[in-house]
Order: sequence, then C-alpha cells, then structure tokens
Amino acid sequence: MAETAFTKKYFLYFPKCETEKPIVYHLVKDHNLMVNIFRAKVTPEEEGYLVLDLTGTKNDIERGLEFIRTFNVSVNEQSIGLRWDAERCTHCGNCLPHCPTKALDFKDRAARSVAFDPSACIECLSCVANCPFSACSSVF
Amino acid sequence: MKTYEEINAKIEAKKAVVLTAEEVIGYVEKKGLRAAAAEVDVVTTATFGPMCSSGCFLNFGHSSPRIRISEAWLDDVRAYCGIAAVDVYLGATELRQGDPANLYHPGEFRFGGAHVIEKLVRGEKVQLFGLSYGTDCYPRREIRTWFTLKDLNQAIMTNPRNCYQNYNVAVNSSDRTIYTYLGRLKPRLKNATYCSAGQLSPLLNDPFYETIGVGTRVWLAGAQGIVYGEGTQHTGAVERAENGVPVEGGGTLALTADMKEMDPRWVRAVSLAGYGVSLALGVGIPIPVLNEEILKRAAVRDRDILATVVDYATDYPNRTGKNLGRVTYEELRSGEISVGGKKVEVGSLSSYEFALEIAELLKADIETGRFTVSRPVRRLPVDRSFRPLAIRESERYG
Repeated sequence: MAETAFTKKYFLYFPKCETEKPIVYHLVKDHNLMVNIFRAKVTPEEEGYLVLDLTGTKNDIERGLEFIRTFNVSVNEQSIGLRWDAERCTHCGNCLPHCPTKALDFKDRAARSVAFDPSACIECLSCVANCPFSACSSVF
Repeated sequence: MKTYEEINAKIEAKKAVVLTAEEVIGYVEKKGLRAAAAEVDVVTTATFGPMCSSGCFLNFGHSSPRIRISEAWLDDVRAYCGIAAVDVYLGATELRQGDPANLYHPGEFRFGGAHVIEKLVRGEKVQLFGLSYGTDCYPRREIRTWFTLKDLNQAIMTNPRNCYQNYNVAVNSSDRTIYTYLGRLKPRLKNATYCSAGQLSPLLNDPFYETIGVGTRVWLAGAQGIVYGEGTQHTGAVERAENGVPVEGGGTLALTADMKEMDPRWVRAVSLAGYGVSLALGVGIPIPVLNEEILKRAAVRDRDILATVVDYATDYPNRTGKNLGRVTYEELRSGEISVGGKKVEVGSLSSYEFALEIAELLKADIETGRFTVSRPVRRLPVDRSFRPLAIRESERYG
C-alpha cells in the first residue's frame, strides 16, 4: 500500500552563513515534497526565516528535514513566525474580521474569549497592523 | 422598595444579594420582576474599552533647589504644565515627541500618553524632563530624573469622558480602506466595528440616570473612584427606543480614582493605526435595586438595545446626520449584521470578556462588604441636547 501524504507547517531559521543554498529546490527535486511558502525573509549576509507547509509522505518529509538540518538550519515544528501575546490580548475581537483563516477567533460566541490557532495561521500579518492592544507581533 | 441605607446595611452584614447585569436577565425571567426586585439588592455593570478622553494629574514633589516646571516630557511625551509648579496633566492621546503621526499613512502610533500611564500603573520607571523660565522662589531651570508611581505624591486618573451610554457601529462605503478610532474599516462595507459592552454596560442598564449620578462610587481599574460630574458630550436628550434606551451616544460619565490603587490588567494603552493613541480602562458600576422599575431597566438584554450604523467614509466625517439603519447588540455579538441587505462581518473594540470579569469582581467586592453603594449627590441631566460647533465668519456675531 502506498504511503499517504500529509501536510505540516515548519518554521525554519537560517543562520547568517547558509542563506545562499537553494534548499527549497532540493526539497522538491530530491525529496519529492510539495512546498507552500507562507512567508520568507532570506537575505544574503543576514539571518533568515522561512515559514512553509511541506506535503509528502512521512518518509519523504523526514528525509527532507534531515537534509535541511545538514545546513545548520534549525527546524521548529511548534512555533510559527506570528506571536500572539495572551497577556496583551483583551479579547475585544477587533481582529476577527481581519483574520482571513479564523486563526484568531472566539473560542465560542457565548464566552467571547479570543483564541489563536497557529496551525490555521497563514502569516498574512493583517493582525499585526490591526491589533489596537499590540497583542500580535511578527518574529521577523 | 428599598433604600440606599437598607441595601448598604445588607452589604455591610455580607448578606446582600448581588447579580451581574448578565445574570439578572435570566433571574428576572425566571422569578418575575416583583419577586426578583424583592430579592436582588445590587446589579453590577461593567465595561472595558478605549476612551480617548482619559489622562492623569501627577504631583512630583519638590526638588532642591525647586523648579516651577513650565514644559515637561514623560518618556518624551509632552504633559500639560499650565497648572501649579510640580503638577502636570498627562493626556492619553498625546503622542511622543517626534512621532511622525500620519505623515506616512497609516501611522502606527506605537507610543503616547496612554503608554506612559500603562507603564506607571505597572510600576515601571518613567523619565521626567522638565524646563522652566526660573523665578526667585523656583530658581531651577531644568530637571531630568526617573520616577515610578510610588515616588509621586498624587497620581489621579481623571477621565473627563467615559462610559459612553451607547455608540455608533462604524462601516466604510468607500472603495479604499479607512483608519478610524473604531479601527480599520475595509472598503465596500467589508467589516463593521462597534464599541460597547451592551447589556453589561453601566448607562445602558440605567438609561435615565436614576442611580448613577455625580458622587456615585465606581470601580475604576481596580481602584474605588467616583463619578465627579457629567462626562463631556453628555447628551441626555437623544433618540430613545420604547424601553428608554438611547439608540445613539447619549450620556457619558466623568470619572476619577487613585492610580496607585489600580491593577495594570485594566489599564491598557491602545494604538489605533492611522488614527492615534488611546487608553482602555475597566469600569464597574453597581446599580442598587431601589424598586421594580430600576430592576426592569437593569435587566435589559442585548436584543433590546439598538445601535446606529454610520458610514465613516462620508456621513460621520462630514456630519451629514444620515445613518445606514439600526441593529441590535445581539446581532452585533453574533459576528454578522445586515446593512442595506448586505452581510457585514463584525468586530468589536470593547471587550465583553473583560467587562464580564469586572462585573464579577465588583460583585465579589460587594458580597464581601468591601464596596457599598452610594446615593448620587446630583443627577445627570436627561433633557440636554448636543451642541454642534458653528464656524463663524467674524469675531462679532450675535
């Protein structure tokens, strides 16, 4: 039976020296992965960041990640490039119409407390510009 | 029928029956108005949202040699010094010196008076820079020092306007995004913003200002404060629905309390992109259930409170007086309203979650005898209408 493909989000941090390697190209070509980049800031001579979805079989993704790590790039599966500060959030809900994927939404309409779902966030940064209480910020 | 004295005697004996303005709705429905009015002593109301008309009076004490400060900056935010030697008034919306404001539109407004106020309440250090022309009794001409809230003699939060009774729902009919004090409004009615705690909000639960008046003790960001007057732009004579609740702005309250007693959770600086800086404060106000009528009005529900939808691209800035219809707070809180047949997504600037938490805190304070109710020394006017500003051609008029 063929292995089933799945999709997962990764946050890559590039130290200063590794930014000129065509890493994404190799992920596609050598490791058979589908890559969906949400946001990237990879500038020569500076540290870089890349937030992307990888789609592929468990095996291919594991091999791909291993390949990425050989460049001293750190792979974070838990975090993304958008920070939501629960302490600064006042749960006003002003962000709701500005979040296209409902990553920021009320947990339930009756309770009205805002919750952030990182897996739904596409890093459009709309909330960063909008939040009146400065609860949202970008790592890069 | 109960009196303030009877209710306070029960509070002091820790036997008062207190419900939040949300809880009381179901209670009145279940028990009936008469029975509920006999049982319930106090209804707690609350709100948490930005109110630009906020600021604080600070007294620094005297340095050696003394200075009569004529210009002052707190963390580079200008404070008003046209009062006594070491008194200043720091306004929430004042921008930091050199802030480009809307020069590069939309401005970010990341730091202003409200942020200094928030820092002070959090106990953080703030820089004072002051200048003076010097006098025989106040010879110092310049001062630079750092202080915290604890170092001050007085730090008195003073809100010339707070607790707007009701407020507009803002939309944008134009084809570009606009930036307002009600947040970012996307083109062609893509979103709407409202700013009220609705059924929890103080003056929506006391629409005719029967118990909330000058001298009423209030909970202001955790401190016990008072209503010191009618708020600026207080307008009792507005259009009201059948239940007496205004369908537009209406009344406002002027509030004051000691900043040293405040909890930073309820004092939050606000940066409104393209608009400016503001301050959000938590307010809680108890309504003593003196009779059935007062309870009936305090049991108002979101579905019975209307707000007016206003176009902030044209009608609001040009003051045309037109509106795009009315919606209930129940509809607003559902997350979607209908404006002229178009479905519009809704966001809020007021936090219902925080308001509810404040109503619960105030309830606990009253139940444990720490907070009593007070009879207003003067009622707020119900019959005064709003005066616009006329632009006159000459100094001589009339």
